[in-house]
Amino acid sequence: MHDDLPRPPSGGSGRLLPPDAGRDRPLFLVAAILVFLACIAALGARGAWHQAQNWTTELESSLTIQIRPVDGRDTEADTQRAAEIARGMPGVQAATPRTREDALALLTPWLGEGNLPDDLPLPLMVDVELEPRAARDDRVAISDLQARLDAEGMAASVDDHSRWARAVRRAAGTAQTLGLSLLALLTGAAAAVIAFAARASLAARTDVIDALHLCGAEDRFIAGLFQRRFFMLGVKSGLVGALFAALVSIGVSFSQSPADMAFFLPRWAANPFELILLGAAPLLAGLTSALSARLAVASDLRGRW
Amino acid sequence: MTASPHSDPEPVVRFDNVGMRYGRGPEILRDLSFDLPRGSFQFLTGPSGAGKTSLLKLIYLAAKPSRGLISCFGRDVATLPRDELPDLRRRIGVVFQEFRLLNHLSVFDNVSLPLRVAGKKRSEYAEDVAELLAWVGLGDKMSALPPTLSGGEQQRVAIARAVVGQPEILIADEPTGNVDPEMGMRLLRLFAELNKLGTTIVIATHDLQLVRMVDAPVMTLANGHLHIRPPRSQRQREAELREAERRDADDRPTATVPMGPEPSAQDAADDLDDEDPMDAVARAMEMPDEDDTDDGEDRDA
Ligand SMILES: Nc1ncnc2c1ncn2[C@@H]1O[C@H](COP(=O)(O)OP(=O)(O)OP(=O)(O)O)[C@@H](O)[C@H]1O
Ligand SMILES: [Mg+2]
Repeated sequence: MHDDLPRPPSGGSGRLLPPDAGRDRPLFLVAAILVFLACIAALGARGAWHQAQNWTTELESSLTIQIRPVDGRDTEADTQRAAEIARGMPGVQAATPRTREDALALLTPWLGEGNLPDDLPLPLMVDVELEPRAARDDRVAISDLQARLDAEGMAASVDDHSRWARAVRRAAGTAQTLGLSLLALLTGAAAAVIAFAARASLAARTDVIDALHLCGAEDRFIAGLFQRRFFMLGVKSGLVGALFAALVSIGVSFSQSPADMAFFLPRWAANPFELILLGAAPLLAGLTSALSARLAVASDLRGRW
Repeated sequence: MTASPHSDPEPVVRFDNVGMRYGRGPEILRDLSFDLPRGSFQFLTGPSGAGKTSLLKLIYLAAKPSRGLISCFGRDVATLPRDELPDLRRRIGVVFQEFRLLNHLSVFDNVSLPLRVAGKKRSEYAEDVAELLAWVGLGDKMSALPPTLSGGEQQRVAIARAVVGQPEILIADEPTGNVDPEMGMRLLRLFAELNKLGTTIVIATHDLQLVRMVDAPVMTLANGHLHIRPPRSQRQREAELREAERRDADDRPTATVPMGPEPSAQDAADDLDDEDPMDAVARAMEMPDEDDTDDGEDRDA
């Protein structure tokens, strides 16, 4: 009581919010998992869209001319002629006539080798590769080609693969919608979990709010404390989640999984979309978490006066 | 303090027909009308559960009345906008019955809290806080955490926190409940010093010993109603007057109004620095008198 010169304790002031002491760890974990899943869903939706894009361009940048065997016509010669005609069309890059051997090769998986009589008439194909740009809008060219083949008297039909392309697109669209819905659901779940946790953490610290409030702290001062705490928490769990999503994505693209397996799995591509997505995830998690904390504090404080 | 309601033209706190209930419960405070004049000193007593803490909550803006008017620093609390609340709060220091210290902060940080939330820098207040803590006998406990302190030590931390911002109103809910009589006197003296410097003081207490130490009005709560007993000196004067009316002036018994020398504000500040607690007790005993001499007029009106 008789300190001649009372010295204030050295060192800075203590943090107004007590350290979480493990109380926030479950939130951290759950948020990280949700961010991870959301990133995977987003990358998957993106991957599906990407894959479908590749496949449909591939499909749509080629045509197939089928020459049916007709009595009195040389099917092989007709394929040569059809290829020639096709090459003369605008927008066609190459036309390759397929021989009878090629046709047999296509049938072998179903009929086995050497089970077909040599004189069995087979339809033959011509692969036509289109210039990338000319692809789908050139309906005229296709009907043109068909007309000219008909004029030659061939039993030819031009297939533009549109049925396949449509199917692939539909599948890809479904996958993408699925991915995006998952993303929306996971984002919602993450926000709800974080909001819930912010409230719980707040309830455990009413003593701090009480003391600050009654000492004349402004609402935004108190809200700011919790907001900063939860922003950092959100960012940290978001970073962990996004990092794991990136690792999984990289892992998938380096594994030797067949293409169809990888269709729904995100493949790592260091393109801007992936990088932005993975970079934005922690930030979004941080903002969601900060906002929930802010709202929770605000409603708590409103209840006090 | 007022015998009749609303005599002071500008009280720091005014209650007008105030009633209060918790939720849908019974009204625990009824028809309270009184003023707390600026610079006044009063006790609040009443049996446990009478509503002392509830009444104080109304004063320090932690609860709203269910009816009636309360004005605080001239502001009607019913229409007080939220953003003006912190400012009023900073003008009111509160010693809570249950202390409400933050257990994760050191004694020093707990006491600095009001200054910190007011945006002051540590370097601006560190010395003052240390000095105040030394004065309440916690000079060697500044870095301690509240859970490691005794009840009385925690109480002193709570008191230091309440007074550190030099509030205009100091509200103390059982501030001496956990300390020995000697420390109780020392704390009472601190309140008296602050009162001398102009702070309006309300002390809720069960400790009649303490009440007797200061010649101040006593507000007593019972059954939801408030009864205000004027300061002893005033009652004595009134009794004397009545006596005088009955008797011949020559027979009047000698008045025993205690009148000590009035310490100046400078003395008061000096006293804070370095003093034997027993002196504090002794001086606290003398305290009552100055009430009569300067503020008495306002209060008795
Ligand atoms: N938050 C609350 N909700 C409901 N009822 C309450 C609440 N706080 C106090 N009460 C009730 O109001 C009444 C007055 O309580 P209060 O704490 O004001 O009494 P007090 O005079 O301070 O008592 P003590 O001397 O024991 O501290 C009590 O009957 C109590 O049960
Ligand atoms: Mg009480």
